[in-house]
Amino acid sequence: MSNLLKGSSSPHIRHEDTTAGIMFDVVLALAPAAVYGCVIFGLKALFVLIATIVSAVLAEYLWNLILKKPQTIGDMSALVTGVLLGMNLSPETPIWIAIIGSIAAIIVVKQMFGGLGYNFVNPALAARIILLVSFPSFMTKFSEPISDVVSSATPLADLKATSIKTLFFGMHSGCIGETSAFLLIIGGLYLIVRRVINPIIPISFIGTVALLAAVSGENPLKYILSGGIMLGAIFMATDYVTSPTENIGKLIFGIGCGLITFVIRRFGSLPEGVSYSILIMNIITPLINRIPLRHPFGFKEGKKV
Amino acid sequence: MDKKEKALSPVRRIHGGAHLPHFKNTAEIETEIMPVNKTVYIPLSQHIGAPASPVVKKGDEVFVGTLIAEENGFISAPVHSSVSGTVKGIVDRALTSAATVKCIEIESDGKMTPDPELKPFKIETAKDISDAAKACGLVGLGGAGFPAHVKLLPSKNANIDTLIINAAECEPYITSDYRECIENVDGIIAATFLLKEKLQLEKVVICVENNKPKAIKKLMEVAANSRDADDTVKLMKLPSTYPQGAEKVIIYSATGRKVPLGKLPSDVGCIVMNVTSLAKLYDFITTGMPLTSKRITVDGTAVAEPKNLLVPIGTPINDILDYMNIDIDSVDRVIMGGPMMGQPVASLDAVVEKRTNALLVMKSDERTRSTTACIRCGRCQRTCPMNLTPARVETAYKNGNIQAYENLNVNYCIECGSCSYICPAKRPLTEVMRIAKATLRRQKK
Repeated sequence: MSNLLKGSSSPHIRHEDTTAGIMFDVVLALAPAAVYGCVIFGLKALFVLIATIVSAVLAEYLWNLILKKPQTIGDMSALVTGVLLGMNLSPETPIWIAIIGSIAAIIVVKQMFGGLGYNFVNPALAARIILLVSFPSFMTKFSEPISDVVSSATPLADLKATSIKTLFFGMHSGCIGETSAFLLIIGGLYLIVRRVINPIIPISFIGTVALLAAVSGENPLKYILSGGIMLGAIFMATDYVTSPTENIGKLIFGIGCGLITFVIRRFGSLPEGVSYSILIMNIITPLINRIPLRHPFGFKEGKKV
Repeated sequence: MDKKEKALSPVRRIHGGAHLPHFKNTAEIETEIMPVNKTVYIPLSQHIGAPASPVVKKGDEVFVGTLIAEENGFISAPVHSSVSGTVKGIVDRALTSAATVKCIEIESDGKMTPDPELKPFKIETAKDISDAAKACGLVGLGGAGFPAHVKLLPSKNANIDTLIINAAECEPYITSDYRECIENVDGIIAATFLLKEKLQLEKVVICVENNKPKAIKKLMEVAANSRDADDTVKLMKLPSTYPQGAEKVIIYSATGRKVPLGKLPSDVGCIVMNVTSLAKLYDFITTGMPLTSKRITVDGTAVAEPKNLLVPIGTPINDILDYMNIDIDSVDRVIMGGPMMGQPVASLDAVVEKRTNALLVMKSDERTRSTTACIRCGRCQRTCPMNLTPARVETAYKNGNIQAYENLNVNYCIECGSCSYICPAKRPLTEVMRIAKATLRRQKK
């Protein structure tokens, strides 16, 4: 018998949470709103979702395979990207566009910058914007729930006509996963309870938009329940990799997102401001992280109490 | 202290801290005395500072408590025989760190006869306390192994007013300090009052984590019976967030004082003593028996029947595993100390030292192996009790940016292990912090 044992650096026990576990929690939290989207928009929405999920995971798998890198699909981050991208697309999106979006998200936005943890913008969001500027006519086609009527108008275009109840429960046109504020909030609460996300970003984001809407004479509730604010604030802006790590940084980030969203919606000619606002704040995040907010314990000379 | 009086709450609470599983499986199990009739190997260096110099030679008869090596300089500690028997010589032996250390090999006669010359130690002045600690061979039994007489020496400059008795025992699994509180409560309280009187302290705080209500109750009851006029011995209930027992943390909790970088507890007017150290010191003062045996918690995922064992210092780990009927083939790692800060044992030749308080025998745990990239969740920095940013240190380490270590204040790291523990990506953050500190130290030289 050899008397030698294995060595390892302390600590010798680890918390049960893993990267894959956190990612799976996010998928679970997104599931109700995604399923609801498939129910109200029908099979075409389901196909879009399946297309983005499968192509996202496959793109990551092939990238690692071809470049002989360790396989990373097990960390579930590609799955999250696929689900998020699908939920951010209109149910009328052609499948080939959805697939291009996933490939752009995984290959261009994530892997080319070094993979998980190194992407400087949220892959799903950036992919959505790539699609939006590349295929504007396809990307702005929306359909009414249940029926197959194609309309280009989202509730953002005619806010006055839609009731708060419709907006809250999501019986209106929009992207697959963004319509039901109710289910998105449930998912967000789940993530907060599981301590996966910190509520600072969603609250400051949504709060800023509501406040600015109220000041400018709009109905703040309608403003925050329409479009992609709930999905963006709860699930996209809180992406760990592309948001600040400190609480004060998160607050700056959330307020910044809210401000830019409002400005774009109110004064811009774009149909939606959430994606751009988060994208811009993603890019500013490294700067926010450089604000020295943290002093080590005992940094100042010790004083007797 | 009134019986009705409640334990104090912490004066301040640290930022962060980890919520660990407690695994205190051995808490309610009476300490078992491990029978010894084999050979012990007593290391000459079981403390921080210079190794002791042997005063025995091959063939000498020794008893339990006989001085076998005396201290070598100011920061050093004497070593005593832990068994009665015959000195077989001085040998090199691989200990925890896999470095070889000189050990005195003593063959036990199995009788454990105490040295007939041992006699109680008279305490008259404050200096006698420090002398007693030195003669006892006492070192920080919480794990640090710093010679206790050094910090108990009343120097002119130090303005000590508070004694903190550390019974937090914040590491999972370990219950040896807890058992001390339960089994030797009278000794602990008597020692507390003795130190308070002789060292002329304004305040004594006995700190226990709130997951040990029985120990708190017992200590309060006994303290109430021996209360003195000015009523300055207090019990404090600490939250059970790791690392409450870390020296800087417990001082902050008990007094609200922060020990600056590179300073000692005495610089903020505090002495921190581990509860078992205190009890041992009192035992020495009353009986004259120096530090020759240690209560250690033997537990871990590969141990079916965890126990607290009282073992002579110098007992090889192999003998303990045999006694506990642990199948060595099922074992992945053996850790000396707690799971958060303990050291892995390189070989079963390692022996129980003065500062050993637990022996953890672990099966392989896949969770500690597979890592993913850092997802910047920020948990490490939220958990860090020293308010550092371990993930950023890791980035600097990967980039070879040594200058950044200093800017990120790695020297403040107490290596408590919380960052590695909490990391969902299972990155070896504590290990990197340790390397970063060592690199900075080397560079300064």
